[in-house]
Amino acid sequence: MDTFLVGLIAATLRVATPLIFGTLGELFCERAGILNLGIEGTMFFGAFTGFAVAANTGSVWLGLLAALLSGVAAGLLMSLFAVRLGVNQHVSGLGITLLLTALSLFGFRLIFGESQVNPSIEGFQQLSIFSNSPILGPIFNQYLLTYIAIALIPIAGWVIYKTNFGLQIRAVGENPEATDAAGLNVIRLRTLALAIGGGLMAVGGAFLSIAQLGSFTFGIIAGRGWVCIALIIFANWQPIKVLWGALLFGGVSALQLRLQGLGFKLPYELFLALPYIVTILALTIGGRNAQAPAAMLKPYQRE
Amino acid sequence: MYAVEMQGITKQFGNVLASNNVHFCLEKGEIHALLGENGAGKTTLMRILYGLYRADAGEIFIDGQKIDVTSPKQAIQAGVGMVTQHFTLVPTLTVAENIVLGYHNKATISKVEIEASVKEASEKYGIHVDPSALVRQLSVGERQRVEILKALYRNARILIMDEPTAVLVPQEVDVLFDSLLRLVKSGLSVIFISHKLNEVMAVCDRITVLRDGHVTGTVRKEDTTQQQLANMMVGRETFGISRQGKRDTGKPIYKISNLSVTNSQGLKVLKEVSFEVHGGEILGIAGVSGNGQSELTEVLTGLLKPSGGTVMLEDKELTAAEPSEISNAGVGRTPEDRHEGSIGNLTVAENLALEDLDKFTHNGMLDQAKIAENAKKYIAEFQIKASPNDRLRTLSGGNMQKVILARALCRKPKVVIASQPTRGLDVGATEYVRKKLLSERDRGAGVLLLSEDLDEIMSLSDRIAVIYEGCIKGIIPAADATAETLGMMMAGAC
Amino acid sequence: MLKLKIERAPAPRWAVAIIPVVAFLVTFLICSILIVLANANPFSAFYNFIITPLSSKFSALEVLVKSTPLILTGMAVTFAFTSGYFNIGAEGQLYAGAIAATWVGITFTEAPSIVVIPLMILAGCVGGLLWALIPALLKVKLKVDEVVTTLLMNSIVMYFVSWLLNGPWRSPVSGWPQSAEISDAAHLMRLIPKSRLHIGFIIALVVVAIVYVLIKRTPLGLKMRATGASLTGAKFAGINTTKTMLTAALVSGAIAGLAGAVEIGGIHFHLIESISNGFGYTGIIVATLGSLNPIGATVAAMFIGLIGTGSQTVSRVLGVPVYLGDVVQNTLLLVTLAMFLLQNYRIKRV
Repeated sequence: MDTFLVGLIAATLRVATPLIFGTLGELFCERAGILNLGIEGTMFFGAFTGFAVAANTGSVWLGLLAALLSGVAAGLLMSLFAVRLGVNQHVSGLGITLLLTALSLFGFRLIFGESQVNPSIEGFQQLSIFSNSPILGPIFNQYLLTYIAIALIPIAGWVIYKTNFGLQIRAVGENPEATDAAGLNVIRLRTLALAIGGGLMAVGGAFLSIAQLGSFTFGIIAGRGWVCIALIIFANWQPIKVLWGALLFGGVSALQLRLQGLGFKLPYELFLALPYIVTILALTIGGRNAQAPAAMLKPYQRE
Repeated sequence: MYAVEMQGITKQFGNVLASNNVHFCLEKGEIHALLGENGAGKTTLMRILYGLYRADAGEIFIDGQKIDVTSPKQAIQAGVGMVTQHFTLVPTLTVAENIVLGYHNKATISKVEIEASVKEASEKYGIHVDPSALVRQLSVGERQRVEILKALYRNARILIMDEPTAVLVPQEVDVLFDSLLRLVKSGLSVIFISHKLNEVMAVCDRITVLRDGHVTGTVRKEDTTQQQLANMMVGRETFGISRQGKRDTGKPIYKISNLSVTNSQGLKVLKEVSFEVHGGEILGIAGVSGNGQSELTEVLTGLLKPSGGTVMLEDKELTAAEPSEISNAGVGRTPEDRHEGSIGNLTVAENLALEDLDKFTHNGMLDQAKIAENAKKYIAEFQIKASPNDRLRTLSGGNMQKVILARALCRKPKVVIASQPTRGLDVGATEYVRKKLLSERDRGAGVLLLSEDLDEIMSLSDRIAVIYEGCIKGIIPAADATAETLGMMMAGAC
Repeated sequence: MLKLKIERAPAPRWAVAIIPVVAFLVTFLICSILIVLANANPFSAFYNFIITPLSSKFSALEVLVKSTPLILTGMAVTFAFTSGYFNIGAEGQLYAGAIAATWVGITFTEAPSIVVIPLMILAGCVGGLLWALIPALLKVKLKVDEVVTTLLMNSIVMYFVSWLLNGPWRSPVSGWPQSAEISDAAHLMRLIPKSRLHIGFIIALVVVAIVYVLIKRTPLGLKMRATGASLTGAKFAGINTTKTMLTAALVSGAIAGLAGAVEIGGIHFHLIESISNGFGYTGIIVATLGSLNPIGATVAAMFIGLIGTGSQTVSRVLGVPVYLGDVVQNTLLLVTLAMFLLQNYRIKRV
C-alpha cells in the first residue's frame, strides 16, 4: 500500500484521539442529562495542567494524572452549578469554559512568563506495535493515549449498557423523577457522570500538549470541544458511533492537511467547517433531536 | 403492632398547613383508604411516609420501629413502596430494567438474568408483565402493573397506591382490585388514596378521612355508609347533587362534527366526535381522566390541530383555527391546566390584557394606564384577591382561576369552554366558579363543561355527554341521568 | 437553643439588594488567592482594577470604548433570552456583521461619510440577521434546539472569515490575513479628540433605549416576555409564538451584527480574525449579570469594560498576567449565578 494512504490512516487516528476522549466525556454528561458546554474550557484546562505539571516535574505521567484530576475538578464545578444549584445548563457551561480558559492563560503566563519562544517538553513517545510490518507498522506507531482512546470506546459502551452504573446514568438522563423514586440519588449520579466526563475531556486536551505537540499554545484546542458537541449528535449518543464520527472527522482533517502539503489549492476551511455543517443538517433531517436524552437541559429539583 | 403508625405529623407549605397533627395507623394485611377531597392532605401525608417530604413535626413507626425517613431509599429499605398517578418509569428502558433500577447489587447487569428474575417475581405475585418490553410501548394499565411489581420486587410489605383508578378504565380497575385483594391475603398491607366513595367501599377494610390537613375520623367499612363518609369528607350535610330542573334552552350555536385527533405516536385519541352546544345551556362532558378530554380541550381552544372533522360557531368555521381567531370569533376559552394556560411570571394585569392586545395598544405602545384600569375592573368584578401588579404565580389556585375566567368571559363570548374548571380549588372558589358558569348560561351563552367530577357535571349540566376512549358514548338530558347510567357509560359498558 | 433552617421562599428584600455587593466580595476573596500566588497584593490589585482606570480621563474613556461591543452583544442576548430563544450565537453574528460592514467599507470607497456610515451600520445589522436566520428558522419550524445550532454557527463563520482573509480578501499591501482598510470616510467619528471613543458608544446607548422600550413598553415586548415565560401559556393566550420568537431571534442577530460593524468602523478599520475577544460569549455574561434587564445589562457591560481596562493596569503595575481580568470577570459571573438562586431561599428561626 502506498505511503500516502498509510500516513493518512495514521494521521486520522492521531487527529481522532482528542475527539474520542472529548466526545466520550460529553457522552457521559449528556447521558446523565447535562449538556456540558464546559467541554471546550475543560479540554483547554487539561492541556494546560498536563503540560505545566509535566514541564515542572519532568514526568509526563504526572502531567497526565494532573490533567485527569483537573478535568474531574472541572466536572465537579459544573455539577455544583448545573446540578446542585440548578443554573441554566448552557449559561453555566459557557461560564465554566470562559473561566477555565482564563485560568489556564493566567496560569501559563504566571508559570512560564512572557517569553517569546514557546516552552516545550519531551512528551510521550510513540509505541510501535507491529514494528516489522511495512503497513501496520507505520499505522500502529501511535501514542499510548491513542490506543487507550480506541479501547475506551467498547469500555464506555460496556459501562453504559452493561453495568448497573450505566443503567442508572441512562435512567437519570431520561427521567430523574423516576430515578429519584427508585431510591437513587439524582444529584450524586449526575455529579459522578460529570466528574468522569470532565476527566475524559481534560485527558483529551492533554493528549495535544503532552503527547502530540509537546508544547502548549493558546490555540491548542481551537474549537475541538465544539466539534465534540457536534459529534455526539452525529453519533446519536451511542459510544460505538462516536468512533466512526471521530474517525470520519479525523480522516477529513488529515486528508485536507495532506492535500495541502502536496500543493493542492483547497479551501481547507470548508473541510474544517464540514462537521459543523453536517451536524446542523443531521439535526434538521434526522428526527429533530429525538434521540437526545429526554431530561437534558432540565435541572432537577424535588417537589 | 401496626404495620405503619404515624403520630402527630405536621407539615406546612408556606402559609398552608398541609398536615395538621395527623395520626394514622395501618394494620397488617388490611387495605386502608385515605379518603378526602383534593387538597385535604392525603398525598402530602404519604409523601412524608415515602421520604419525599420531611415532616416539620411527628414520628413514624414501621412494624413498631421508630424510623426517620429522609429519602425514598430509606422508605424502600423499611419495606414501603409507592405507586403514584404520575408513573415513575423511564420510558426508554425495558420493564426489567425499570424494575431493578436502584435495586440491583451487582456492578454489572445481565439482560437475561434480570429478565428471568423479573419474570419469576411476576409469576410469584400474579402480576403479568413482559420483562423485555420497552416501557414506552405499554398502555397505562400495564405501566401501573410494572409500578406495583417494582414495589413488590423491592420486598415492599406496605404499598401506597395514590389514586390508582384515576388513570384506569373500569376493566383495569377490576383487575387491579383483584390483585390487591389477593396480595393482602399473602400479607401485604395497602394504603389506598382516593376521593371516590364507591371504590373505597368496594375494596377497603378501614377508612381514614382527611379534611383540610387533619383527620376527621377512622372507621371500619362495616360501620359506615357512603353518606357518612361524604359528611366527614366535606363537613357539611348538603353534600350530593342539587339537580337542574328541566329548562328551556336556545338554538344550537356551536357545532362539532366528526372531530378526530391523531397524537404524535399515531394513535387516534379523538374518534369522530360530534355534538352541539345550544345557547343558554350547559353541556357537560363526563369521563374518566385520559379518555380524550385533554385533546378535545386543546383542539377547541386552538392548541392542537385536528386530523379531521369540523368546528362551527354559528356560520363561522373554526376548524384548526388559531387561538386568537377562536377568541375573536366569540369563544371564551379556559385551559385544562391553569398553570399551563397562563403566565406565572407576568403580572395579573398583563395576563388579563394578553388575549386582546390590540385594545391596549396606542400608537404602537402598550397603554399602561388602560391595562391597569382593565385589571382593576376585573379584579373587583371577579373578587380576585390580588393587585394588578402582582405576578400571577404568587396567587392561590382559586384566584388564578378567576383571572383566567375573567380573561375568557370579559368579551361576553357566545360559547364558553370550561375544562376542569374547579380542579384543585377550595370549596369557596369552586362555588364561585360554578356560579359564574351558571350566570354565563343565564346570559345566553352556550357552556361546554369538561369535568372528571361527576357531581359537578350532574349538578350544572342541562345535557350530559360521556366520553370514553376518544368517542362520545351518547348524550342524555341531565334530568334522565343517574350516577349509575353515567357510570356505566363512563366504563364503556354501553 | 437557636435553631435555624433554610426553606424555599423569597429572600427578604434587603438580602436581594445586597447581592451584587456580596457577589463582588466573594469574587474578590476567590481571586485574591490567585493574586497572592502571583506575588501581588490583592488590595492593590483591585485598587488598580476598579479605581485607577477611573482616575484618568484617558483610561476612563477607554472603559467606555471597551464596554461598547459588550453593551451591544449584551442587548442582543437580552433580547433573545427574553423571548425564551437561547441565542448562544452572538459571537458568530457579530462576525457576520463585521464581514458585511467591511464589505461596504472597502467597496464604496468614494462615498461620503453621511452615506457610507449608515450603509455600513445597516449592512452589519443585515449580516447578523442573516447569520441568525438559519438556526432561528430551524428552531421555530422544526423545533431544532437553538443552543447547539447557534453555537456551531459560531465556528462556521470563523472558518469563513479565515477563508476570506487568507483568500479573496487577503491584504494586497501587507500580505497578512487581514482585509484592506475601509475608506477614511467610513471611520466612525470620534466623540472626544485624541481618544478612541467613537460614536459607536452613542449608538450602543441608543440601542439600549430602544431595547428597553421594546421589551417593557410595546406589545411585541409583552409577547416576547410571555413567550419566554411560558410557551403554552402564550400560545393559549393567542400569541403567535413562532413569529414572536423568530422576530426576537432576528433582532438579536441584527444587534450582534451591529456590534461587529461598530468594531470595524470605530476600532479596527479592517477585518481581522481577532476583532472579537469573545464579545458574543461575554454578552451572555452581561445579560445574565443584568438579569435580562437592559439597564442592568448596560451596567454589567460597563463593569466588565472597567475590569478589562483595569487588568491592563494591574498587569503593567504589578506584573500579574493580564488574563487575571478574564478570571475576575468569569468568577463574578459564576458567583452571581449562584447568588441569584440563593435569593429563592431564606433562613428561618425554628
